[in-house]
Amino acid sequence: MPVQILKEKFTGSVQEVVLGATKEEGGTRAYTVKLGGSSTLPFLQYEGSIPNRPAIAFEIMDIKPEWGAPFEPYYGDVWNDPVAWAKKAEELGADVLYLKLAGADPELENPKSADDCAKTVKVILENTTAPLMVEGPGHPEKNNEVLQAVGEAAAGENIALGLAEKDNYRSIAAAAMMGKHCIIGRSPVDINILKQLNIMITEMGIAPNKIINDPMSSGLGYGIEYSYSIMERARWGALIGDKMMAFPVICLAGPEAWRAKESYAPLEEAGPGWGEQKPRGIMWEAMTAAALLQAGGDIFLMRHPESVKLLKKHIDDLMKPNDY
Amino acid sequence: MGLTGLAIFKLLPKTNCKECGVPTCMAFAMALASGKATLDQCPYVSDEAKESLESATAPPIKLIKAGAGDNVLALGDEQVMFRHDKTFFHPTGIFIEVADNADVAAKVDEINGLSFERVGQKYVVDGVAIVNASGNADTFKDAVAAAAGKTDKVLLLVSEDAAAMEAAAAVVADKKPILYAANADNYEKMAEIAKKISAPLVVKGKSLDDTADLAGKVGYKDLILDSGARETSKVIADMTQIRRQAIKKRFRPFGYPTIAFTSEEDPYLEALQAQAYIAKYASIVVLKTTELACLLTLFSWRSNLYTDPQKPIAVQPGIYAIGEVTPDSPVYITTNFSLTFYTVQTEVESTRLPSYLIAFETEGLSVLTAWAGGKFIGEAIGPWLKDSEINDKVNHKKLIIPGGVAAIKGKIEEIAGWEVIVGPREANGISSFAKLKLGA
Repeated sequence: MPVQILKEKFTGSVQEVVLGATKEEGGTRAYTVKLGGSSTLPFLQYEGSIPNRPAIAFEIMDIKPEWGAPFEPYYGDVWNDPVAWAKKAEELGADVLYLKLAGADPELENPKSADDCAKTVKVILENTTAPLMVEGPGHPEKNNEVLQAVGEAAAGENIALGLAEKDNYRSIAAAAMMGKHCIIGRSPVDINILKQLNIMITEMGIAPNKIINDPMSSGLGYGIEYSYSIMERARWGALIGDKMMAFPVICLAGPEAWRAKESYAPLEEAGPGWGEQKPRGIMWEAMTAAALLQAGGDIFLMRHPESVKLLKKHIDDLMKPNDY
Repeated sequence: MGLTGLAIFKLLPKTNCKECGVPTCMAFAMALASGKATLDQCPYVSDEAKESLESATAPPIKLIKAGAGDNVLALGDEQVMFRHDKTFFHPTGIFIEVADNADVAAKVDEINGLSFERVGQKYVVDGVAIVNASGNADTFKDAVAAAAGKTDKVLLLVSEDAAAMEAAAAVVADKKPILYAANADNYEKMAEIAKKISAPLVVKGKSLDDTADLAGKVGYKDLILDSGARETSKVIADMTQIRRQAIKKRFRPFGYPTIAFTSEEDPYLEALQAQAYIAKYASIVVLKTTELACLLTLFSWRSNLYTDPQKPIAVQPGIYAIGEVTPDSPVYITTNFSLTFYTVQTEVESTRLPSYLIAFETEGLSVLTAWAGGKFIGEAIGPWLKDSEINDKVNHKKLIIPGGVAAIKGKIEEIAGWEVIVGPREANGISSFAKLKLGA
């Protein structure tokens, strides 16, 4: 019995966004990374094209993070030095570097200044070849100050600046436009705010091919289904032609997975059946990422090198053509 | 997608006999269309009309049940492509393979022992797949008997040799196992075996075409589908087609639950592959691994995916004692959103300091959402706390609130006359908070 393959006829697609700039393009990156561009649901290549495979961003910080024992063996020798850390992330297979300027948080004892942050970004760019994304310290005013300085220091490199939020996006958008960078718009697991923020950022004059969405992932076991459904709805919106839901999505698999006790608790504090911490932590992050892949994630913020290895192999399998 | 009243009316006797309880056949047709009446209320409907009405009003994907006693697994009866359109109803059954020529009893013991607990939920493996790896009918039969003697989990009998299947199925006839699989060569015999013990039968095609063909001609309706694909991206494509054709086109040969087998050798990659199959419509997924990290994460994912998006998940509001509490025990408060509650409960437990935890009625909203919605504020908590039973349980008046809502401190103190201590913003800060501030 021949089965008539039932294909969805979509009119829209996910916006393609390029991160980084090579020498020819006015930057110093060895390569650029393209995000998004899909004209179908995740991995259904038989009914549309998926021109860019999901990318892997490694999370690095400008100060030593409180990641504890599970990460000591991997980053213990570099996490006091953002440049060394960035280089290590490249060695471990980062497509993109994601620098969080946590050290500029004004609530810290000796917060780094906007100038310090600009210098850190500059020296990271001088010593690495991957495209860069930069997240400010989170404090609204300091964010603006820091990201403006970073945007200037990285002029021509087409980095991404974040996080622009509904109540604080104007000056970040201005910094992004000034330096011709991309912008990361964050919405709090809310499809309406996601769309509203995209409209506001676009109205500021940012080009659509410069916008990345961070709809704030929830981790496995702790509300990931909310993120999953919001991403599925946004992807569907993009495919039926809503351009304000069509920006590539970053998924915070690493940071969210490692907030869960299931990932970091040592065996003596583990729940019934959980087993050893190491494989559990690696799988908690990999599973978080893999689940969000199925909802349409375009770039994954990751921490554990072993989780990244698994995720990359899994993406290889998902990206194999499945035409009928 | 059911029929309209008018379409149903055309199939009724149109005699207006009133025996169904409504005055006219038209009125009865309208009642049927809206689900307020059932066809058996009409004594005169023809068999022919009955069949076409039943198939038109049948669910797009048939509900299939496997297993017996307390371990019945319901599969299929799904209605949507996306969980946000309604919900997914019957969680994917997670099965683990056992080769018939291995130490079956030991392996089944191991599978029985796999049990995971987190956030107030318990996860266990749903079924055991006995695989006729030996190719020998007697070995298969003995292995099935050995497994059945060890476990009440649902059994999946994997052999395409009809004679081996017949002998093995007879041993577990009363357990309603799933039989795998009917193919182009053996389907008549397999259907006969399945019918004899009323067990669900998997049809295994070589492609979607072949699978539809088999499902159409097998002459049995308790089916589960396997398109034969084993490559991850291909399985996802096939499963999506099967679900889509069943729901959107009511393509009957695909109106059944589905089964997927992992093919990855590495257990971690295997778990990720199984994750994709759970996300993309498998009713059963069969794995080889028994690694704890793989199964814990997979069960957690399944539980999240099948959470009903239409209702907030809440715990019973009230005062919970954690550990051997005394009148000196500290008192924490959080919302009754179950994820929040269980996360806090886990952390309070791990301080090893017996404590009270209040799950405050916020209609299942999380702390910040409930605060923003006026359900977790001083004006709500204060009056409740003032008259609460907690006043009789402890000899102090100190309440620990989540750090994210420090602003409600003053109002609670004013109304309830309790001292409010601002706790950490995140649950994972509770243990250091308890050490520092409570001497845990």
